[in-house]
Amino acid sequence: MKMPNNKKMYDKGKVALGLCIFVVLITFPFWFNLGKAAPAPEPKLSEKAIAAKECILPKPIMKYQHMQILNEWRDTVVREAKRIYVSPSGKEFNMSLSNTCLDCHTEKAEFCDTCHNYASVVPYCWDCHIDPKEAK
Amino acid sequence: MESSKRRFLKIAGIAALGLGAKPVLDVMASSGETAQPKIMTGEKALSAKRWGMVIDTRKLQSEEDLKPMIEVCDKIHNIPKFENKNHEIKWIWEEEFKHVFPMQQQDFLDDRLKHMAFLTLCNHCQNAPCVRVCPTKATFSREDGIVLMDFHRCIGCRFCMAACPYGSRSFNFRDPRPFIEKTNPDFPTRTKGVVEKCNFCAERLAVGKIPACVEVSNGALTFGDLDDPESEVRQVLRNNYTIRRKPALGTGPSVFYIV
Repeated sequence: MKMPNNKKMYDKGKVALGLCIFVVLITFPFWFNLGKAAPAPEPKLSEKAIAAKECILPKPIMKYQHMQILNEWRDTVVREAKRIYVSPSGKEFNMSLSNTCLDCHTEKAEFCDTCHNYASVVPYCWDCHIDPKEAK
Repeated sequence: MESSKRRFLKIAGIAALGLGAKPVLDVMASSGETAQPKIMTGEKALSAKRWGMVIDTRKLQSEEDLKPMIEVCDKIHNIPKFENKNHEIKWIWEEEFKHVFPMQQQDFLDDRLKHMAFLTLCNHCQNAPCVRVCPTKATFSREDGIVLMDFHRCIGCRFCMAACPYGSRSFNFRDPRPFIEKTNPDFPTRTKGVVEKCNFCAERLAVGKIPACVEVSNGALTFGDLDDPESEVRQVLRNNYTIRRKPALGTGPSVFYIV
């Protein structure tokens, strides 16, 4: 016995049109903003930082792990009273955000803030720690 | 046919294993060689088993004598000045005898003590109640006896303020920054919503300096290791009768007063 052919589609035109409108609307944010993405900011090194050539650790590590390093620093300084950091290259640093990091990276606005603003990260470091430039 | 398919899968499996293992082996081989950063205390840092202080009130007669010590502390620690007494931040301040030693009050107290301004600060108790009650361990006892605050961890619950029998702690009801006369960039400020108190100049001890108030006291304050019988504080304690604040509470204050 043969099954009746019920593959017939009703209102084909309307369905297709509706689907088209649906796809256009759902992808609207993608094609509307195409090519308009804000370029990733390039943090600007201060002259002092350029002159120093190296940070406490190689640049890629600093780029991805500075927040973990700062967390470790604050714990060792405050809770263990250990304030001296000797980098793998043998250089000694006083573990201080305001007085060591910002002493070299003097331009906080161009070095820290550009990336943080771009990534919408709001670290609360600066609620207490002072940017020596802003200190009155 | 059957056997060649089987052989192909075997070889492919072994090859995949070999390719996957190479990066792992590379990492394992290199991890032992890289130099690791070291973290240590400064060479000049002062150390002790139990830091303590003796305040010789005979050498601090008037409020004028206390001023330089209070001012130097306010200056280096970025302590704000609020008009409203309820918002006041105190690390080291002056107080009357009846408030400093309420349990040692008696009738017919001599005139000198009755009207004198006493220097008061955190007692850095051996058995500090503020440390016991802190739910986040933001306040902790260091190995050298200093009761220190980790402002990063403070959630502003103020249990410590309720627990401290000496009123040594202050809460930041407002953002302190606009109320700091001149900011010292070497020391952080605090933020709204944290408690703060005297830190026995832990940041100065770490670089080999004695607390700032002791430095400007002209010998009225003595600072040193209470655990070392040969230290200067112990000499002073041996030769003078001293009292501590509210000793009956068993907190074990490390600040002694010669009255």
